[in-house]
Amino acid sequence: MFKKLATIDRRYIYVIIAICIIIPLLTKIVLEIKVSPPVQSAYDSMEKLPTSSSVLFSIDYEPSAEPELQPMLLAILRHAFKKDLKVIVMCHWPLGFPLGQSALVQVAKEYNKEYGKDYVNIGYRPGTEAIMIGIGREIRDFFASDYAGVLLDSLPMMRAIHNYRDIGLLIGLEAGATGDFWVRLAGAQFGQKIVLGGTAVTTPDWYPYLQAGQIDGLIGGLKGAAEYEKLVESSGRGIVGMTAQSVAHIAIIVFILLGNIGYFAIRRK
Amino acid sequence: MSIIVGTWVAAFLTLCIFSFLYKDNPFYKFAEHLYVGSSAAYMLVYFYFFNIKPMLIDKFITSAGTVRWILIIPAFFGIIMILRIIPQISWISRWAIAFTMGIGSGIGIVAGIHGYILPQIKATFLPLVIPGNVVESINNIILIIGVITTFLFFYFSKEHKGLFKVPVRIGMTFIMISFGASFGYTVMARLSLLIGRIHFLLHDWLHLI
Repeated sequence: MFKKLATIDRRYIYVIIAICIIIPLLTKIVLEIKVSPPVQSAYDSMEKLPTSSSVLFSIDYEPSAEPELQPMLLAILRHAFKKDLKVIVMCHWPLGFPLGQSALVQVAKEYNKEYGKDYVNIGYRPGTEAIMIGIGREIRDFFASDYAGVLLDSLPMMRAIHNYRDIGLLIGLEAGATGDFWVRLAGAQFGQKIVLGGTAVTTPDWYPYLQAGQIDGLIGGLKGAAEYEKLVESSGRGIVGMTAQSVAHIAIIVFILLGNIGYFAIRRK
Repeated sequence: MSIIVGTWVAAFLTLCIFSFLYKDNPFYKFAEHLYVGSSAAYMLVYFYFFNIKPMLIDKFITSAGTVRWILIIPAFFGIIMILRIIPQISWISRWAIAFTMGIGSGIGIVAGIHGYILPQIKATFLPLVIPGNVVESINNIILIIGVITTFLFFYFSKEHKGLFKVPVRIGMTFIMISFGASFGYTVMARLSLLIGRIHFLLHDWLHLI
């Protein structure tokens, strides 16, 4: 019996994990979500911005990280538009552009925001570090026009925006190391206030930045997205997914315990 | 109509990929090869239309003076990078690699020291005792012990024996806790991706939620 416990067929585990995810999603049970201090700090940073301040969103992820970061983007965009902030979206990852654009269109419609006046999408440009340094001087050196080729100066909200001094907060939504570059270049060299949102894989590496005060907030993975959704009172895929996440985590803990019981029982024999 | 077809194709390919969890099979192979091929083609087109065309070709046509002719330098380096595919003259591509590495190192060293090492060192200079705040004092003590003992773990000029063994063990424990936290986060990330896919199947495809 113990041998069986220690060598459970992985396919049974897959089926049980799938059930643990499907049932909570179907039943739509929502567990209570407690907001952690890093996410609260991120929210507060945005909340403190005066009306009409500019917020630069950097969409540095692709569809592989969409389940974690898209709910985060939607929640933060809702917060920005609710506060009447001016939103600029850009991306360092080419496939981040369609994800950013779809979120912008969706949320702007909810809040009746107008393109060029309330928000713009300046799209993707290659040259991550060079762009980050270049924006410190003049954003037009790299983004002379928006994603559709419209000159920045012909977009009303962009006329007063030239460099980091004109940007109240930078929100980096990251699936890789681009977040590090933002902190080390825009943050350290130009004093730009930064909030990072990352996949659960990348988030642990950024806690030192938070502890050192190099970033103003940190939103990690689907859990972070759910917490932000709670703060902006907009239930989305983050809150819905967290119940499934919690049930699946319990199942994994049970499997780890069973596997260890089996392993130690066999070893004792 | 195109959305319905797209959703069905995406659902079919998702199930093809999931079928690998049972065992390797032709459906999985088909989806895998389709993904690799379409990704390569997509990126090729994307990079041409977002990099080469607007930043080199279009800019060369529309610019004038120095700005125009300076574009010859990146174009030259770009072309010699491709020479890697010709073994006899592949060595020329090293010039482009050297150029890229030079820029990368220049930016990286400044950013690394000014933007990472110095702020992190500064953030470690913490008071061990904060009057009236026991929790913060304990946090600071743990942080400083963690930093010092982890440094000692990576000190290899002295064998990890005797009195030296104790702080090294503590350092190793801090490292293990860090790995554990990272692994826990990674499990959470992978489950989030699975939740995303199952949500897509139940919501967008089957309309059950």
